[in-house]
Amino acid sequence: MAREKSSKGNAQALFHSLRSAYAATPVNLKIIDLYVGFAVFTALIQVVYMASVGSFPFNSFLSGVLSCVGTAVLAVCLRIQVNKENKEFKDLPPERAFADFVLCNLVLHLVIMNFLG
Amino acid sequence: MARSLAGFLVLLLVISICEAASLFQPISDSHRSAALELFTLDHGSFKSLEETYEALRTFQILGIEKKPDVTSAACRSISETVGSSSSTPKDLFYALKANSIAQCKIHEKASKGIISSLNAAVSGASSLLDFYYSVGGLVLIKDQSSNADIHLADAEGVFRSVKAFSQSDGRWRYSSNNPESSAFAAGIALETLAGIVSLASSELDQSLISTLRNDVSKLFDSIEKYDDGTLYFDDKLVDGREYQGPLSTTSSVLRGLTAFAAVTTGNINLPGDKILGLAKFFLGIGVPGDAKDFFYQIDALACLESNRVSIPLILSLSSAVISVTKKDSLKVRVTTVLGSNAPPLTVKLVGAFSSGSKDASLVESQELKFDQGSGLHILNDLPESIDVGSYTFVFEVVLQEPEDEKVYVTGSQTKAPIFVTGLIKIENSEIAVLDSDLGSVESQNKLDLAGKNAVSLSANHLQKLRLSFQLSTPRGRAFKPHQTFLKLRHESKVEHIFVVGNSGKKFEVVLNFLGLVEKFYYLSGKYDMELTVGDAAMENSLLVAIGHIELDLPEAPEKAPRPPLQPVDPYSRYGPKAEITHIFRAPEKRPPQELSLAFLGLTILPLLGFLIGLLRLGVNMKNFPTKPVPATFAILFHVGIGAVLLLYMFFWLKLDLFQTLKVVSLLGVFLVFVGHRTLSHLAAASAKLKSA
Repeated sequence: MAREKSSKGNAQALFHSLRSAYAATPVNLKIIDLYVGFAVFTALIQVVYMASVGSFPFNSFLSGVLSCVGTAVLAVCLRIQVNKENKEFKDLPPERAFADFVLCNLVLHLVIMNFLG
Repeated sequence: MARSLAGFLVLLLVISICEAASLFQPISDSHRSAALELFTLDHGSFKSLEETYEALRTFQILGIEKKPDVTSAACRSISETVGSSSSTPKDLFYALKANSIAQCKIHEKASKGIISSLNAAVSGASSLLDFYYSVGGLVLIKDQSSNADIHLADAEGVFRSVKAFSQSDGRWRYSSNNPESSAFAAGIALETLAGIVSLASSELDQSLISTLRNDVSKLFDSIEKYDDGTLYFDDKLVDGREYQGPLSTTSSVLRGLTAFAAVTTGNINLPGDKILGLAKFFLGIGVPGDAKDFFYQIDALACLESNRVSIPLILSLSSAVISVTKKDSLKVRVTTVLGSNAPPLTVKLVGAFSSGSKDASLVESQELKFDQGSGLHILNDLPESIDVGSYTFVFEVVLQEPEDEKVYVTGSQTKAPIFVTGLIKIENSEIAVLDSDLGSVESQNKLDLAGKNAVSLSANHLQKLRLSFQLSTPRGRAFKPHQTFLKLRHESKVEHIFVVGNSGKKFEVVLNFLGLVEKFYYLSGKYDMELTVGDAAMENSLLVAIGHIELDLPEAPEKAPRPPLQPVDPYSRYGPKAEITHIFRAPEKRPPQELSLAFLGLTILPLLGFLIGLLRLGVNMKNFPTKPVPATFAILFHVGIGAVLLLYMFFWLKLDLFQTLKVVSLLGVFLVFVGHRTLSHLAAASAKLKSA
């Protein structure tokens, strides 16, 4: 009982510390995180739809899900490159990373559109 | 004494049966109509003088009236040839030959010219054909012109030069340089020599003529024979172009022989049956389909019709099928080869033999009655011993006047195949169902095989079916027809055929169903019965439905053979087939539209959440460049991205990949350029801030 309470308290404390740490992140990174969350949610909704009605135009389902997942992955890459605390990409200007992000997204979406059918 | 003589005669007759029996018909009206069809004018004239002559001669022999257009066409070509000074001896020869029939007038001057050119040709001749045409032409013009004083200057010399072409085997060569000899050339040579003899101003040396007679006998030694007793001459096939064929070769030899016999005083001793064999050869051809063959046949038969060697007489039957029931009489005609009347003679039937058996003759030798009006020799009633079936009748022709024996040749015996038919009596026909063990009759029905029957029987597998009847010929003898079948046909069209066997006159078939159960494939039910009795000699062959029988057979065991599939109506194979309806793949079950639209709305939600989150985070446009140039680029950058997204939408809706790629590459280049400008400006701005 006490352990439970303590574990519960531990979880709460962990959650609070995470929250406060997160508040410290810069705004542009938060924007990117939001974007990733949006993409993943869209993918989830599509999966739920497919689960309920069946995967008949399977290619459409795949293209939809992969578009979301793809764009999420690209956003994560962008976040890694833009994050100032990341020593590896110190010399890479964030505008360059953003340009890559845009270009890759355009290519991804061309492929997705072709596969959509 | 008489008995042994009769026995010897019988033996002789039996041996003579070994040769096949066949009859030859003399020339008839079918020949005349065929001649009119074959010898027709081609654009108002014949193709050559030779054909003109052949047509005229054929019409003359067959007694066909001269048609005016034929005669005028002939006269035209004849006068053209005769008038021209450049005509060869061959052309003159055929023109004069045609003229001997067409009888067109030739000018005195023209005939003088012909005579002189032919004389020159005779003296200048070197090959057999040169002699033939020139000598032949002179013979013809001698008959046709008023000038009767035409003679060969050196007849003996010419004779010897023609004789020089002869060979020891009776054949002749065409020229001194050509070693090939043929019987056809022999015929031509004989005709030429006969012409020389007739044109000679004084008697020729008789020794020459007698050596020629020897040559003729040697030539006739090389005569060839077919199985049916016909004789012919044929040359060896050495050169395809020169080869004449047996018809023209034999015809040429006959022409030469008869021409030679006409001019010589003595007898040419040739066996009469050789002449008869040659006559049979020409008659055996029937009606030839080719004009040349037709001419050869008719010309040769005309030579045989009247010649000084021997004239063959042909025995023919008006009908080879005689009905005993109708009391037909046997009618025999004896004529010359062209169908003219024969001298007084009697025809005897010396024997009749059943085909395929070597027994003694079934009839006594008897004379046929001669009917003056129709020219037929008739045997009114067939002897009792002649019943239905196929026979070989043997006839003998005996000339009444003894002098005629030197002139005519009849042949020793003529065999003729005769087929005798008649109505067969069918009696005591009945059908019965018997009990197997005891043989007692359960049900019996009398049948009338000549009329309709509708017998209805029933039997099970323990019983037997018996069908019996009696057949007898009009003369009361037993008769075994070629076909006696009983056919049982099931409702499902499966058929079974049984042969009805006989002993003497009685025909009977017994079907023991116990043994036939497996053969019938265990099919119970209604079987239709049909009886077939047939023979070529039977005038009342029958195929009658007797009725039907209900058969009760046991059940088929597991391993029983299935009845064979009955053939479908063959014409249904070509009828329309069953229509095929294509079954398309059932379309996938789609979700209801409302559900899909609901989820569409749900998908938009995260986007809205994103936008709201952005606002909450305090997104602003402060970094947007204010100076006009960078601002333009920034705007263009956003416009470019928007354009690409719009293009993607169009790509999904209606464009294809290649069109899209084309546009996207252009937009991409633009976007890269614009984006580079914008982002580098932003980077410069942030660097300035950092340094500042």
